[in-house]
Amino acid sequence: MPQLLPTDVLFFLTIFGLSGLLIYSLGQTHLRRPWQKVFQSAQAMVSLVILIPYLLVAVADSIRFNPASFEGEMATQAASSEPLSLLDLGLQRLRLSVEKTYSAPLAVELHAREMMRLPDGREIWSTPRLRYGGSHLIDPEGERMADLLRRAMKGLLNGALIWLLLSLPLLVFYVLRTGGGRRPLLEIALGQTRFPWRAVLVAALFLAMMVGVLKEWAAVYHVLGTDKVGADVLYQSLKSIRTGILIGTLTTVATLPLSLLLGILAGYFRGWVDDVIQYLYTTLNAIPGVLLIAAAMLVMQASMARHEAAFQSLSLRADVRLLALCLILGLTSWTGLCRLLRAETLKLRDLEYVQAAKVLGVSQPLILFRHILPNVFHLVLIAVALDFSSLVLAEAVLSYVNIGVDPTTESWGNMINTARLEMAREPVVWWSLASAFGFMLGLVLPANLLADTLRDAFDPRRVS
Amino acid sequence: MGVISLILGGCGSPPNNPYPLEEGLQNILYTSFEERPKHLDPARAYSANELEIIAQIYEPLLQYAYLQRPYQLEPLAATKLPTVTYLDQKGAVLEDNALEPTIAFSVYDLELRSDLVYQPHPAFVRKDDGAYRFHDLSPKDLEGIQRLQDFGAVASRPVTADDYLYQIKRLVHPEVHSPIAEMMADLIVGLRPLGDRLALDFEAREGKGSWFDLRPYPLEGVEVLDAHHIKIKIKGKYPQFRFWLAMPFFAPMPFEADAFYSQPELKAKNITLDWYPVGSGPYQLTENNPNRRMVLERNPSFHEDLYPRIGEPKDEALGLLKDGGQRLPLIDKVTFVLEKETIPYWSKFLQGYYDASGLASDNFDQAIQFSGVGQAELTEDLLSKGIHLDTAVTASIFYLGFNMQDPVVGGLDPSHTRLRQAISLAIDEEEFIAIFMNGRGVPAQGMLPPGIFGHLEGEAGMNPVVYDWVMGGPKRKPLAEAERLLQEAGYPHGIDPKTQQPLVLYLDTTMSGADDKPLLNWYRKQLGKIGLQLVLRTTDYNQFQQKMANGNAQLFRWGWNADYPDPENFFFLLYGDNAKASKGGENAANYKNPEFDRWFLAMRAMDDDEKRLEIIQKMQAIVRHDAPWVFGVHPKSFSLRHAWYRNYKPNLMANNGLKYLRIDAALRAERRAEWNQPIFWPLALGLFLLIALLWPAWRAYRLRMRSKAR
Amino acid sequence: MSAYILRRLLTTVPLLIGINLLTFVLFFVINTPEDMARMHLGQKHVTQEGMAKWTHERGYDLPLFYNDQAEGLDALRKTIFVEKSLGLFLFRFGHSDAGRDIGADIRQRMGPSLAIAVPSLIVGLLLDISLALLLVFFRLTYLEVWGAALCIFLMSISTLFYIIGGQFLVGKCLQWVPISGYESGLDAIRFIILPVLIGTFAGVGSGVRWYRTLFLEEIEKDYVRTARAKGLSETRVLMVHVLKNAMIPILTVRSMPLISKISRLSAPWFS
Repeated sequence: MPQLLPTDVLFFLTIFGLSGLLIYSLGQTHLRRPWQKVFQSAQAMVSLVILIPYLLVAVADSIRFNPASFEGEMATQAASSEPLSLLDLGLQRLRLSVEKTYSAPLAVELHAREMMRLPDGREIWSTPRLRYGGSHLIDPEGERMADLLRRAMKGLLNGALIWLLLSLPLLVFYVLRTGGGRRPLLEIALGQTRFPWRAVLVAALFLAMMVGVLKEWAAVYHVLGTDKVGADVLYQSLKSIRTGILIGTLTTVATLPLSLLLGILAGYFRGWVDDVIQYLYTTLNAIPGVLLIAAAMLVMQASMARHEAAFQSLSLRADVRLLALCLILGLTSWTGLCRLLRAETLKLRDLEYVQAAKVLGVSQPLILFRHILPNVFHLVLIAVALDFSSLVLAEAVLSYVNIGVDPTTESWGNMINTARLEMAREPVVWWSLASAFGFMLGLVLPANLLADTLRDAFDPRRVS
Repeated sequence: MGVISLILGGCGSPPNNPYPLEEGLQNILYTSFEERPKHLDPARAYSANELEIIAQIYEPLLQYAYLQRPYQLEPLAATKLPTVTYLDQKGAVLEDNALEPTIAFSVYDLELRSDLVYQPHPAFVRKDDGAYRFHDLSPKDLEGIQRLQDFGAVASRPVTADDYLYQIKRLVHPEVHSPIAEMMADLIVGLRPLGDRLALDFEAREGKGSWFDLRPYPLEGVEVLDAHHIKIKIKGKYPQFRFWLAMPFFAPMPFEADAFYSQPELKAKNITLDWYPVGSGPYQLTENNPNRRMVLERNPSFHEDLYPRIGEPKDEALGLLKDGGQRLPLIDKVTFVLEKETIPYWSKFLQGYYDASGLASDNFDQAIQFSGVGQAELTEDLLSKGIHLDTAVTASIFYLGFNMQDPVVGGLDPSHTRLRQAISLAIDEEEFIAIFMNGRGVPAQGMLPPGIFGHLEGEAGMNPVVYDWVMGGPKRKPLAEAERLLQEAGYPHGIDPKTQQPLVLYLDTTMSGADDKPLLNWYRKQLGKIGLQLVLRTTDYNQFQQKMANGNAQLFRWGWNADYPDPENFFFLLYGDNAKASKGGENAANYKNPEFDRWFLAMRAMDDDEKRLEIIQKMQAIVRHDAPWVFGVHPKSFSLRHAWYRNYKPNLMANNGLKYLRIDAALRAERRAEWNQPIFWPLALGLFLLIALLWPAWRAYRLRMRSKAR
Repeated sequence: MSAYILRRLLTTVPLLIGINLLTFVLFFVINTPEDMARMHLGQKHVTQEGMAKWTHERGYDLPLFYNDQAEGLDALRKTIFVEKSLGLFLFRFGHSDAGRDIGADIRQRMGPSLAIAVPSLIVGLLLDISLALLLVFFRLTYLEVWGAALCIFLMSISTLFYIIGGQFLVGKCLQWVPISGYESGLDAIRFIILPVLIGTFAGVGSGVRWYRTLFLEEIEKDYVRTARAKGLSETRVLMVHVLKNAMIPILTVRSMPLISKISRLSAPWFS
């Protein structure tokens, strides 16, 4: 039986809501041209190719099962009393192959030396072999390189194969639609199509091959090493994706109603409504955000401690904290968009067609809904896209100063927080930090690029 | 580049030197503080970081001998150790070996040194007419005064017995909130009535905010015979009182200082007794900026105090006796720098900017390796830098307690006891020490850590409930034994017969950070080994305290750090009348075993002799059997110091060790210069890259200009 | 104009009250007086009476907003809110519970915070503007494309990496500057140079991008075209006309970040 935590439910609702909104906007005539511009941009489409796997991981990590419902072999394999997600089950090996402590990426031995007792009773000071990483090798020094290369080749081939299987139908469809023959293919190869087929396909190929190699290696090695208690860093990084994406999206959902409602109301009605709303967001803006978030998080923790009976399970507790963080971030970050919407509405309300609707006696809610709302949609879209990456980055900073997500939640911020101490080790333990860096950049950079294209396409003035 | 190195480099000293350059060769010790000490008032200060500073400034009556082990007291402000006479209810003097029930009072007779003088301080300055110059300041007088130094005049005076009396009265001063007020009020004759009277008068006094003079109030239990002779009368027999006399709570406090600092105008400028101590010790606090650093400087009027000539036999070889007979203190100035995080601290230690370092677990691999016999040694890297390692087992214990009032784990009947014993066995403390403490600890075999009277080494000191003596060492019993105990307790394989499900236990703990997650998982795993389930209830510290006070917890993690080296200070943690839930005492397990309590009362007031040792072993046997705690770990302290840091010997009781230390500043300057050569070539590389990047830009610019011209 | 300023000034009064109320509620809901008492009395030998005494003496045993034990106006006055929180308006910060005067503490800490925030703001501003001008100057060339891409790349990296990396590289590996600490006076340069560098570098991505958009918008305006038509050189157009006109939004918007920068930047370094 699937078991859903509060954030899972909200996450799926958000995804459905956002995609519904997107589909709706695709049908709007005044938005068709900007959308075309976005779809023709190689930068945006390649970003999308990278973002989609991230999103898939997050979704897979949000479908959970209660381990109590597992039977037989599954139950013994699960070895956990907390709910497991699809991702956990798929990465069973990574999750369970826990070493003793630090080991470097793709290593076969522990990172630090320790006292070892040899079979003949002697004791030496050396690095012991890993329990899981590279345990299939008999003579690691001689075989490791060759093994890695062989697996890498296999992974590349697998990746390419899967890519071919996925892209072939698409290509066939495209070729048939454009009238068949060799010309469309040639156009793709030369990058002359309107939709950036070539860039997308090449990006997908690279991605597929990378995933292929990772998969082959991860089957027998710790690709990104292990952390202090021997947990696989790749697994942690993958688990952190959900946290990052959740914060980026759920927060927006918390923001949108507030900023939409207040922004439009303030701009449309002006007068005392405007004054009150302005007062509200100036006050919020005047308090340093970090302070507000810290205080709100502490309130939340205190109230959770008071009602601890309701939060018996660790995962539920962590989940509620994540949700609370999203809401709090949302409450502190709605002011920017609100201000933009207010300004835009101020302009719109004086336009002829709104005035005309007024004269014709259309009711005010209807005006707001029919005439104002659709015309500020582009602002909302840009704000959502721009906020996403800054929220992912904000999570890291907040967790770094211990007011972010629960310390038991896997997140990049928590990884960086612990990795900070590891930089002082000698030799340096760099891989946790590097993984967090890489995975974060992999999400934030495409998101920024996409947001950039969106902004260029939708905002006539190009100023944020 | 030259300019940069000039800015950074100053004159010859490494650019990363965090201290003023002129301090390079001075006789200064550099150490750090992590958090600003909350109190520097000797009647309030109790935590280690506070004592670390004020123990150098205030001189209590007694002190711990620096080099000798086991720990023993020696006189500091007194001329000799106190003589104790016992009185009965009527005040008649009893024999020294009188039985405890007949002893109603003990009188501590202390003669004081006559050469103790306070540090120069504005509070002592008098005008020509004899009145105190700075005791009646108006806001106008205070213009331009931010620190104590700004007063421009200082004076001093000898320490007298009245000052000790004044300080003892301050322990119950209603505004001071001394942490030991309650305890001492029960102990020192007349202190509780005095406290009650002070509270009334303090509330009713006129002119709030002015000085509340304690001198007119008599204190029955303390008698000042002359300027250098004082007698303290306490209730009953309590030999541990001598240890309290070695804490700054019993340091002299001149009434002038209290009067001076009570002026509201000074309080508004953060100039308070809690912040600027006035003592007679080797150092005085000259700079006190909690946001940056605190500086102790040699007290110019410090009395004669000599480095000890005798120590433990091995001290001679370690060079600890070389300074024997030298006048203390040996270091002119001690700088405490604010350093909140361990990483900068450790890095700066390695660069030579801190003279000594404790060891965070993250730096452990770099610094320490274990030799074949399990002995910790420094890695070659650090040895080559001339760094020394000192280890000592601390006088403290971390344990996992059971709430004895809990229906599931509490109770002294056999089946509940078996359950606790099984859990004690299942929790593998050796693994805990290896994983979470980097081997820096010893598994506890009972309540007493090594170094405390009554602790036994070897098989006699082993906990026979959990360990077997195998091949000359204690070995944890096999898990099968735990399963057997569990079966006897009525939970075969951990299954609760009532529900047919695994027995669920609850552990209450405070959780601070990401590092705690593996720790809690580890506990779950330990109980999982014998089929029990553990649910963790993490709360914040206050909630946790509240729960403990209400007796609502089931299992809990806690620790105790000894106040003084006496077994009484550990056993009282399980004394029935100290129960936390009913009496608000320190017995958090709410353990009550009449037999244990009887022995405790007998042992408490005994001197360290054979008979006491015997009783202690009986008590150990009782708690090992009853297992109200899973006896956890006695942590080991590891500290590193550089070659120029001399005369250091770990002393877990004494806080005033700074005066014995010696610094070789010349060697330090040399090493710092050697270790901190800046690397500048990446700067050159960066410049080159920048030029390479800008070249196409410049060319494009030229092109554009030309195209315009055309 | 003066009426406008007066109106803005008047609106700050309710603003301050709002901020005060919000912080007050947040703080006292989290920190019960018992929490504070325990914090200050330490861990050993703390009794219930001791805690009660402490809270009474500090006045934390009063109700938060309304005192039903008191008569008349006192019902409002004898509360924690009025006694502890309202004094802030008069810059009366009172004493912290450790008995320290908070106003003095704030003055003491302001020095290092400002010493970092002000230079990094100025250096950042200069660097961002000049780089943005360069990008605009080379617009429609490969330099602009790659420069803009680099900006997006730089702003996709979390500030944390700049801080951790900078400290690690410059402080630990290269040993150019002290790892931590602070000295006043001229010596301070050694301590603030790294935070200023990191602060500047971490902000360069978003900064350059933002100024570039401003300049690009400006450059399409008529007066620029006129200036060009008059035969002014491209450098002159950019440096004099465009920069001057773009300065208005820069100054109005940039005065806000100064405040947030002080609170933000100094945190990881001196907190």
